[in-house]
Amino acid sequence: MLRFIIRRLIVTIPTILVVITITWGLIRLAPGNFYSGEKKLPAAIEKNIREKYGLDKPWYQQYGKTMWNIVRHLDFGNSLKYQGQPVNTIISRSLPVSAEVGILAYLLALLVGIPVGSFAALKQNSKWDYSSMALTMLGISVPNFVLGPILVLVFALGLYWLPPSRWDGFFSRNLILPVLTLSAVYMAYIARLTRAGMLEVLRSDYIRTARAKGLSERAVVIRHALRGGLMPVISYTGPALAFLLTGTVVVEKIFALPGLGNYFIQASLNRDEPLVIGIVAFIAITLLLMNLVVDVAYAFLDPRVRYQ
Amino acid sequence: MDKTPKHSRNPTTVEPALSPLGVPPAESHDPDIIALGPEMAVAEGDVRSAEDGESVRGSSLWRDAWRRLLKNKLAVFGLVVVAVITIASITGPAIIKAASGVTPDYIPSNDVKLIKSFPPFTGPDGKFSWSHPMGTDNAGRDLFARVLQGGQISLFVGIISTLVSLLIGVSYGAIAGYVGGRVDNLMMRLVDVLYSLPYVILVIVLLSMFRSQTPRGQLVLLFVALGSVSWLTMARIVRGQVLSLKNQEFVLAAHATGVSTSRIIFRHLVPNTLGPVIVYATLTIPQVMLTEAFLSFLGFGVQAPLASWGSLASDGAQNIAIFPWQLIFPGVTMALTLFSLNFLGDGLRDALDPQMRTD
Repeated sequence: MLRFIIRRLIVTIPTILVVITITWGLIRLAPGNFYSGEKKLPAAIEKNIREKYGLDKPWYQQYGKTMWNIVRHLDFGNSLKYQGQPVNTIISRSLPVSAEVGILAYLLALLVGIPVGSFAALKQNSKWDYSSMALTMLGISVPNFVLGPILVLVFALGLYWLPPSRWDGFFSRNLILPVLTLSAVYMAYIARLTRAGMLEVLRSDYIRTARAKGLSERAVVIRHALRGGLMPVISYTGPALAFLLTGTVVVEKIFALPGLGNYFIQASLNRDEPLVIGIVAFIAITLLLMNLVVDVAYAFLDPRVRYQ
Repeated sequence: MDKTPKHSRNPTTVEPALSPLGVPPAESHDPDIIALGPEMAVAEGDVRSAEDGESVRGSSLWRDAWRRLLKNKLAVFGLVVVAVITIASITGPAIIKAASGVTPDYIPSNDVKLIKSFPPFTGPDGKFSWSHPMGTDNAGRDLFARVLQGGQISLFVGIISTLVSLLIGVSYGAIAGYVGGRVDNLMMRLVDVLYSLPYVILVIVLLSMFRSQTPRGQLVLLFVALGSVSWLTMARIVRGQVLSLKNQEFVLAAHATGVSTSRIIFRHLVPNTLGPVIVYATLTIPQVMLTEAFLSFLGFGVQAPLASWGSLASDGAQNIAIFPWQLIFPGVTMALTLFSLNFLGDGLRDALDPQMRTD
């Protein structure tokens, strides 16, 4: 197991460097520059700008310097747009916002999805099963950027129950709508995965054994079936995190939250190279580490899985 | 074809070009061989139908699958809705142009004071009217025509990008699976690495940096970006299929008769993976459409005057408080389409591969 973790970590580091290189390359290969706008700058000013940001040096020196700072000091430099603010500061300021929305949304999805899915599996082919599965398909099909504004329309502008947008601290009612919006798709997916996993497990021999030795249905489902039935949900956590990260981008835009996603969109539009690279690298690291954690958790929960 | 003995048809695989003796048809056009005996007469039948391709696909497996699909009410519902929306999107804008004389992106007036977004079924005088069944947008354009036009682009992006991903994914997966060994290991390790990348994030970087000056250029960029990231799962599926197929006799037979490797891969192995590939492609279309809408919503995708459901929803979301219909119509149309495509894909999976059923 330890060898597996170490081997995966060894692959992870070059992957992150490749991601950073791709991002750097995309920004540099694209026509135009962060300072180029509608008006053409006078040649002298342009020369000064290029000198200040080291753009007059050959590309490999610039690339080398960027990479060296990142590898050696984990320093992504200062933002070009938010003058004088280091990228690391911006990330550490905006990350908690995104993380809170994302984690709450995923927890809510687990809390709703698992019971709905297990119940549908236990009552397979019943009305409940069909209606809940049709509902989950709807949850998967309604894009979150449609769901979000509709929730705002109903609960904020129609019923006046909740505020429509803006950030108001970590514990506020403002978070209810963003979390609901983000959570809907995951609820639906998790319910479907739980149902599929439970259906498979409920047919297996060890469940028959558990029933045969006279355990209550409750104990059979909760103690025996769920453990096996939730395996698909656990392996979904890896990809879910990736989607969660992109999902927060939309949700943060709709609800005007000062999270990582909002900064990323702004930075991309502004061609704010250090900030874009910083956020992309951060997201890549989070994703790769989370995937590793999921794989390790998988091995612990399913004794049949063995990594070399 | 009905005389084909059962043992030559493996129910889970389609090998249109295989005789019971495993003689690949490409090498067995010689009429002398076919005239040898009753065994070979069957081979002749297979060879002939392999040449006109379709008739074999129409035989057992595909007809069975079609029958199973028609029994699935939700899948039929999905098929009908997708067909209706597709036909309406393709023909709608032209019909509207013929009826009212304006294209979907026609802006009635440039005078800011005159531009007003009308609710559904309301004319400029505020009374009931059939002229705008979905209302109008901020610039006074008919929203119904815009939604149909947006459907064209959304479906187009979904289908083209899926075709791109098919092309890359199937070739990549088939080559990796057939060649095997170190090449396979390397190719699939690359897929693993790409899998773990935050690709939507990279697509946003790509689209924002290379932002094209023309709407058409941006559309092409979108195809490239979406197609080039959605082939990974396809490659894995095809590789898995090829791995399980490549040790069967018909491949050995093809190999023994001197068929080239590339021909074995693309003429003998790939047609056999068609079932899962079709299923996955059907499920890729809604995914790609959703990603496109997501990118357009953020302003990186389709640019005005072109429209997609995502960009229309994006415009609508900004006016949700005053003109809710601007979001609701494109949004609901899109959700309905995705809903139907998902059901269709699920139904196809159940129909084409009953063993894959989850219930």
